[in-house]
Amino acid sequence: MSVLEVKGIMKSFGKTEVLKGLDFSLEKGEVLSIIGSSGSGKTTLLRCLNFLEFADKGTISVNGKTIFDGASLKKLTDNEIRENRLHFGLVFQSFNLFPQYSVLENITLAPTLLNRGSEEEIKAEALGLIERVGLSDKINNYPCELSGGQQQRVAIARALALKPDILCFDEPTSALDPELTGEVLRVIRDLKDEDSTMIVVTHEMEFARNVSDKVIFMADGVIEEMGTPDEVFLNPKSEKTKIFLNKDIEKV
Amino acid sequence: MSFLEVTAFLANGFVFSLIIFAVTLLCGVPLGLPIAFCSMSRYKPVKAVSKVIVWIVRGIPLMLQIFIIYYVPGLLFKTPIFSNIDRYIISNFNIPNEGLLRMLLINAGSLVAVLIAFSINYACYFSEIYRGGIESISKGQYEAGYVLGLTKSQIFRKIVLKQVIKRIVPPMSNEIITLIKDTALANCIMIPEIIKQAKELAATKAMIWPLFYTGVFYLLFVGLLTILLGRLEKKLSYFN
Repeated sequence: MSVLEVKGIMKSFGKTEVLKGLDFSLEKGEVLSIIGSSGSGKTTLLRCLNFLEFADKGTISVNGKTIFDGASLKKLTDNEIRENRLHFGLVFQSFNLFPQYSVLENITLAPTLLNRGSEEEIKAEALGLIERVGLSDKINNYPCELSGGQQQRVAIARALALKPDILCFDEPTSALDPELTGEVLRVIRDLKDEDSTMIVVTHEMEFARNVSDKVIFMADGVIEEMGTPDEVFLNPKSEKTKIFLNKDIEKV
Repeated sequence: MSFLEVTAFLANGFVFSLIIFAVTLLCGVPLGLPIAFCSMSRYKPVKAVSKVIVWIVRGIPLMLQIFIIYYVPGLLFKTPIFSNIDRYIISNFNIPNEGLLRMLLINAGSLVAVLIAFSINYACYFSEIYRGGIESISKGQYEAGYVLGLTKSQIFRKIVLKQVIKRIVPPMSNEIITLIKDTALANCIMIPEIIKQAKELAATKAMIWPLFYTGVFYLLFVGLLTILLGRLEKKLSYFN
């Protein structure tokens, strides 16, 4: 059974159709990369999965349970939305760490407020996550004292602390300079080895090609091409994909 | 009158200034918050009413507002409410012949009117500072809270509030310093605050220098406030 099953997701902002009916599924432990030019709807898709936007139509199922159905949107209460959200984690392009909290507190805040265990358990868990992202010497530092790459690694640990079924990344390295990009991508790659299910919206083609199990190329709100990295990168079927990938090569 | 006697006489007046200062902060600081929320409300009528109130209160002089609060209830109900309070206290309490307690008791009614006018006025100014502070917090902070499964109230209390406080300390400091000087307006309805006391000396004892001497009281108090507010600002400077 798929961890995630998305069917017929549609979303408009006013008269602009951003998502025009998307279907895809994801197996446990798989990494899905979503590529495509700006404005193709990648970020909106992630935001719909995390309930920061509500799709107009379509369904989202996690572990076989439908957690969102565009047809019955109004029936969801705030509490249901919050519970459904917790199936997903989201790492933002601009990190969005909480500036007044230390690295450790950023990670323990949500588990503490959600009563996910005793203070000691939550702290031990958080320290483990901080070690995994390689920031054990920064636990008491504040976000403003960290580099962009370090902040993003804290943000990843913060998202992992709630043990989401699927961890989403919204262009996690777009706000970082090339030097810092590597350390973040390395952390994401390590997560793959630990069997996390992930969706990564990215402009890092190398990363998408080497780390993902599945690649989706989006254009104008539809899935233009979907397949293994080799299929999409080496033998793209769609014209749009070819053009997009060629541009990426030309850029270099 | 000796220098010390004048100082004591003026100090009694400054007690009134400090009372107005303290009560205005005590009432105005919390009252500003619901006004700020109303001004940001999604419900158009609530928002409109709140904006109109803030416009009126910020748009007319505080002195005029003191007159309105003091006189208008009397016109509406055909009985001067605040002077009735004074009259009630004078006829029911044992008023000492002199001293600060006497001053406080015989002016209690007018003082209440001044406190109401100041609290409403400052609450409106504070509400705009709060609104600016709350709206300056990036959407990303809320979204980060949402995706971590937090409730709206948890996000406000645990994430947004402290960032707002940090941002509003400088403009609030400004208002608070203005407030202690604004208390002088209370003398328009004969509250014996410090300037009224000094004018009294000018009128009855032909002494003009105490009027200028009052500045020292304000300066010392503002100095103290500046130090305290500066400390608060520094305490919050550990994050951006």
